[in-house]
Amino acid sequence: MMSNPVLKIEGLRKSFTANRRTVHALNGVSLVLHRSETLGIIGESGSGKSTLGRIAVGLDTPTAGELHIEGMRIDTLPPPVRREKLRQCQMIFQDPYSSLNPRLTVGRQIGEGLFARGERDWQAINMTVANLLERVGLKREFAERYPHEFSGGQRQRIAVARALAPNPQIVVADEPVSALDVSIQAQILDLLADLKKDGNLSYLFISHDMAVVARLCDRIAVMHRGRIVECGPVRAVIENPQHPYTRNLLDAVPRFGRRRTGQKPVPVRLPQHSDGDTFMTVAEGHTVLQSAGSL
Amino acid sequence: MSTTTEISVWSRRPPFSVVLGLALATFIIAASLLSHYLAPFDPTRMAAGPRLAAPSGEHLFGTDEFGRDLLSRVLVGGRLSLGIGITAVVSGLAIGGLMGLIAAFSGRFVEAVLLRLIDVLYSFPDTLIALALVAFLGPGIENATLAIAISLVPFYARVTYGLAAAERAKPYIEAAKLAGIRSGRLVRVHVMPNIGQSLIVMGTLGFSSAILSAAGLSFLGLGVQPPSPEWGAILASGRNYINKAPWILIFPGVAICLTVLSFNLIGDSLRDLVDPRRKGRS
Amino acid sequence: MSIPYLSVRDLSVSFLTGTGAFYAIDGISFDLARGEILALVGESGSGKSMTSLSIMKLLPTVAQMSGRIEIEGQDISAFGRRQMEDVRGARIGMIFQEPMTSLNPVLTIARQMTEGPMRHNGISRREALATAYTSLEDVGIPEPDRVLAQYPHQLSGGMRQRIMIAAALALRPGILIADEPTTALDVTVQSQVLDLLVDLKSRSGSGILLITHDIGVVAETADRVAVMRGGRILETGTVDEVLRSPQHDYTKALLASHLTVDKGLKQRDAEVEGARP
Repeated sequence: MMSNPVLKIEGLRKSFTANRRTVHALNGVSLVLHRSETLGIIGESGSGKSTLGRIAVGLDTPTAGELHIEGMRIDTLPPPVRREKLRQCQMIFQDPYSSLNPRLTVGRQIGEGLFARGERDWQAINMTVANLLERVGLKREFAERYPHEFSGGQRQRIAVARALAPNPQIVVADEPVSALDVSIQAQILDLLADLKKDGNLSYLFISHDMAVVARLCDRIAVMHRGRIVECGPVRAVIENPQHPYTRNLLDAVPRFGRRRTGQKPVPVRLPQHSDGDTFMTVAEGHTVLQSAGSL
Repeated sequence: MSTTTEISVWSRRPPFSVVLGLALATFIIAASLLSHYLAPFDPTRMAAGPRLAAPSGEHLFGTDEFGRDLLSRVLVGGRLSLGIGITAVVSGLAIGGLMGLIAAFSGRFVEAVLLRLIDVLYSFPDTLIALALVAFLGPGIENATLAIAISLVPFYARVTYGLAAAERAKPYIEAAKLAGIRSGRLVRVHVMPNIGQSLIVMGTLGFSSAILSAAGLSFLGLGVQPPSPEWGAILASGRNYINKAPWILIFPGVAICLTVLSFNLIGDSLRDLVDPRRKGRS
Repeated sequence: MSIPYLSVRDLSVSFLTGTGAFYAIDGISFDLARGEILALVGESGSGKSMTSLSIMKLLPTVAQMSGRIEIEGQDISAFGRRQMEDVRGARIGMIFQEPMTSLNPVLTIARQMTEGPMRHNGISRREALATAYTSLEDVGIPEPDRVLAQYPHQLSGGMRQRIMIAAALALRPGILIADEPTTALDVTVQSQVLDLLVDLKSRSGSGILLITHDIGVVAETADRVAVMRGGRILETGTVDEVLRSPQHDYTKALLASHLTVDKGLKQRDAEVEGARP
């Protein structure tokens, strides 16, 4: 089951140039996403995690590196073929408000994905849409309504249905619950977990929230300044963090039973990684980026 | 986060300016459409009354230098003015809108080229463009309309491009792209419904500028030709009699003012209504 | 017990809608003493942010407010704009969720941090600058001189929030209202800002009204907590009482739905087990 990666990323780099300043968002990121696996990408703002997600679905193009979907290298394909292949990758966005078209009925915007796949019979499309709505826990009749008639949680369910419409292998979810109230978060996380059970869906789950990642992901990759600094099974990374940054991140998560004293913690010196740094295997599947100078 | 109860912009009743604008516009449009029935005389019939007669019971707006009934001329002239305005705005919006949409959705190269072109055109005042075009095409109502339409193109192209480019970056458009929806359909199904309202508003605002341009061209003798009674043309022919018969200038002038005013009032309020900044989310 | 610094009694805020009055806040009462952190916790729409706005009299004009708001025994609920200007900043400081929007993008930090004290305390620019320098040091900013010369966009989110806190504290207010002060920040930065708030509370003795949706933050930071929903306070008590033995069903539900790392791991494990044949 784990032998067949649906998504493989090799040495991905991305730099943006704005106002004559170049920002390196990704400094050589490599990862694999196996079939029916959830890989969490965790990091803070500026870590490059969102850029990684956007490149994985084709909304951004990498400066360098390779992108393989189901064993086929796609970043070198001509655009029309690439677009066709990238339909295997769909995305769920963070903001359930701006991610739905306010002027199209819910059914129409989910159905558009089926239309684009070549389905022309709107009666059949509507049938599939209704089934999709049911799958994400909404009523079939909701297809007739407009986005503003729904709550944030319901909207995110609609966004999930829309992402599933083209029947993707990979769903990239970029902070899909961080704009929602906690009680609603739990429902959406349950939904995402459920959807994976009856399909061979794989998730690339991007989040800043350690608890959410712990809830949903099989493996996690910790990103810091455009690099993956640690990667491994979720429990291994959380319970036995190796990289100083991972430890920092875990320590900062608010928890019960601890009181803040106002004492300033001793600042941790984070290693400055360079391109030559290599990963060290801590345990099976658990790797951590080593600084060349730190050993 | 706190809840802000969504309050419609015109929650209670439309503001006075809209009511006034709509009332004026309705009156002007109705009068122009029915001008052939309302006009007491044939607008081109000479010596329908005495020459340069002051407003009276028989000739409500007075008569011009050829003794033509001014009320009839202003009414029928309104039809011409509004007709030129509407034709010019619709075609200008169609061409400019298309250019803007193509610029926003056809890749970086096309976008760069089209935008530079639009910028160059936009740097000329639209009246100047219209004037140059008529000078080149020759005077006449069709050429004037065409020239005004073309002069509006850069404005509409830019506005449409701006709206479309803002739309292009929204997650729902990105999601639609991911689903594999092609550019043409993307624009038609996903983008147009979201920017259509704003474009109509811009059309309304452009309408008054088109009317002014039409009057200007006719005044200069480059637009509607005598004896056709376009407002600008009436002003042009009456300007020699400004001391003896000011009514020849006052009535068409007031008509132009009111028309421009009414459409600006409507356009401004509509713009407030569809302004995305005022569409709060709850 | 002596009189609390801030005392809110029967505070209600309503809006007139097409179908009748909508109560965003529906008769809430609480006290805040110096040197304590009271957390108002609730989900969106609970009225927690509206509460802070009504104390500061920053509500939209269409809102109807009733009830008493007392500062050191003085009722400020009827204060006009002029009087409120003396209350805001000098007696109640406030920091918001997004520090960028509360800073003026075209003025240096020095300029923004000196103007308030110069007006409120009637001190010279030089004195105000010295105060600004020490307050920046107080909030743990390493090189105050450099930061003072900078513009907001040159600083990180965490740095801007520290500056907002420093600016609020420079006026030595009796209490500080912090409305989701760390929601827009990264967790590691959130941790530092929360440490800072706790440190300030114990050092300067200000009371802090901490408005948040995150129970984890409450557990670590607050002394007392009031749980809000639908404009009402459902339950109030010390953090230990409320989080260990919640009385109201909603508090229980809120605690149950709060996801921690451990709970997340357990839920996932249960699911993986369940999926196995």
